[in-house]
Amino acid sequence: MPSKFSFAFPRPNTRRILFFSSLAAVFVIPVALFGLLVVYLPFIQKDVFFTFVRETLHRDPDSWAGTQWLYGAALLVAGLLLFTFASVSGGIFSWYERRVAGRIQSRIGPNRVGAGGFFQWVADAVKLLFKEDLVPAEADSLLFRAAPYFVVAGMTLTLVALPFGQSVIVADLNVGIFYILAVTSLIVVGILLSGWSSNSKWALFGGMRSAAQVISYEVPSGLAIMTPVLMAGTLSMQGIIRAQGGWPWQWFISRNPAAFVAFFILFISQLAEANRTPFDLPEAESELVAGYMSEYSGFRFALYFLVEWANLWIISAIAVSLFLGGWQVPGLEDQDWAALRGAGSFPPVAWWFWQLLSVGVFAAKTMVLVTVVIWIRWTLPRIRVDQMMNLCWKYLVPAGFGAMLFTLLWQIAVSKARIVQDISGGVLFVLFVYAVFRFFVLTRKNISRVVGDRVDLTNW
Amino acid sequence: MPTSPSEYVGNIRDTVKSFWHGMSITLSQVLRRPITVQYPDRTSVPVQDLLPARYRGFLEVDAAICTGCQACERACPISCIQILLEKDAANPKQRVVSQFDIDEAKCMFCGLCVEPCPTGAIQHTREFEATQRSIRNLVFRWADPLHPFPVYKVQKDAPYFPRAPLGSLVREILSRRSWDANGPAYLPPEPLKPPPPPAPKPAAAAKPPAPAGAKPAAAATPAPKPAAAAAPPSADKPADPPPSPGSGEPKP
Repeated sequence: MPSKFSFAFPRPNTRRILFFSSLAAVFVIPVALFGLLVVYLPFIQKDVFFTFVRETLHRDPDSWAGTQWLYGAALLVAGLLLFTFASVSGGIFSWYERRVAGRIQSRIGPNRVGAGGFFQWVADAVKLLFKEDLVPAEADSLLFRAAPYFVVAGMTLTLVALPFGQSVIVADLNVGIFYILAVTSLIVVGILLSGWSSNSKWALFGGMRSAAQVISYEVPSGLAIMTPVLMAGTLSMQGIIRAQGGWPWQWFISRNPAAFVAFFILFISQLAEANRTPFDLPEAESELVAGYMSEYSGFRFALYFLVEWANLWIISAIAVSLFLGGWQVPGLEDQDWAALRGAGSFPPVAWWFWQLLSVGVFAAKTMVLVTVVIWIRWTLPRIRVDQMMNLCWKYLVPAGFGAMLFTLLWQIAVSKARIVQDISGGVLFVLFVYAVFRFFVLTRKNISRVVGDRVDLTNW
Repeated sequence: MPTSPSEYVGNIRDTVKSFWHGMSITLSQVLRRPITVQYPDRTSVPVQDLLPARYRGFLEVDAAICTGCQACERACPISCIQILLEKDAANPKQRVVSQFDIDEAKCMFCGLCVEPCPTGAIQHTREFEATQRSIRNLVFRWADPLHPFPVYKVQKDAPYFPRAPLGSLVREILSRRSWDANGPAYLPPEPLKPPPPPAPKPAAAAKPPAPAGAKPAAAATPAPKPAAAAAPPSADKPADPPPSPGSGEPKP
């Protein structure tokens, strides 16, 4: 009796599967990415790694030539991990930006692929990968093909010196922030190359504008970076973060009035360097089709967008590290970290959880800044070229110089009486809290000023 | 271009103030409800209920109270209604409607056919969604040629006409029809011939009659239209396909 015992599987409900798998992805992807970083990056620090080789693999790193190759392979894996992190976070930011933009424009945004449209970035990436990779007939084929990789390299290389947590960093270079500034310039090379090699006037205009803009804005951003460097006395990213504290009044932004100004200078110049609105002149849709990437399609086009959104994380992470206390967990001082680490050659398990916490703090601060960057993009219109140059050379550069000089004097004052930086921290923190409060009051007023409108977060 | 220190400082103040206000305005937008209506599948009420009160959607004919007066056919300015009346073979006194086709693809929803209807048998509904891969599937056939319906006799003292609920008949047809159903297959149009000079009458009668949808065949020859319309249904039979999925019995 086959009919009696036959069992029919319940028909798969595609929509429900997609919904729950995307909900799972929302939690699993960040946890997995940060978890891998937390486990892997401290592990490949040279001392920990060679301890591992000596005690677990029972090899002497000094005598065995293969260890260096093993270490190289471990670093290669770290590179892949970081690139995965950049591309996945870039993809997720593309979805996040579209949702925020939709909300700001009283729309909904993509909400069909998975819960809240979360898989939209996967769908877009797959679509772009399947598109034909066109090279215009008149283009300089070699340079045209190579240009996106310069851009991607410029973005990925910054991750080498970018901290994620207390010990979660690939290489804590002693010239960390200087290195980041230097490799970021590779992006300009790529953009110029793509603009030139496309052999299209729109692309060329876009590339030239971008070069002018990025090179100009490196001056104020460099000057603004001098402020935390002077306050910390080091160029190392981890050193700068360690010089700050966990509480908001211990951050560099509030310890020194000039740093408060310098933060905004750095933030604005980074917006310009990342070609974000209001500085998106290089890819101005209404004037230049898509600027330097007008002629690109398919995979190479996707690379440009990947870099644009992965840069969101990078610029926010730099600002967080330099001014907003980085991964510092409130209440945990340097000696507490050392106590957690213990004297053993391999860190204890609890230490890894504290690392995860520090990564969480860092990621939370960075996400707030990422949101602000997106928020600014959908608030401000694009500025003109002359306004862009005016802003850079007449406002940001003098202010950056002023902030640097003030910091020099401020550090002398601090060395005489440490109390001044605590006073500044307290006052600026209170002012900041007051400003946030006033801002939300104003926002509430803006909502209720429209007749019958109220806070309503439905319609997703 | 700042020319004085006060202007310079004023520019900075303006920038800060406009950021302050602008970002507050955009944040207030984030906290409000988007105005987007997620048609068609995520509306709080069915879209039909969101339409204005006198919305004119697809035409619907209740065959039970159709008097077969053909007033709607005459009123239609673009001839998208096609009605054929016959005598019942069993009862010669009873007239039956063997064809009542409305081409909703042609219809311009003017409402002129609804006005002269004595019983309210033809009405506009609130239905409007009927995407079809074949445009011929948009011909709604309210009479079955194989089972013609008898015309309705109006009672003198009837207080009202017992009409089926408005929209129920159209919805039933729409639910039976899949969007990608094949359209009815008609005979291919005849190749163009030089017009026969003296007597078009026998030539027209010999032609395969063109049903409502086959416009090219009708347009190709000078005046076969009345002849085609008057052609007996028996001649129509081989040309007519089995009724398209939606065109079957209008009555349940």
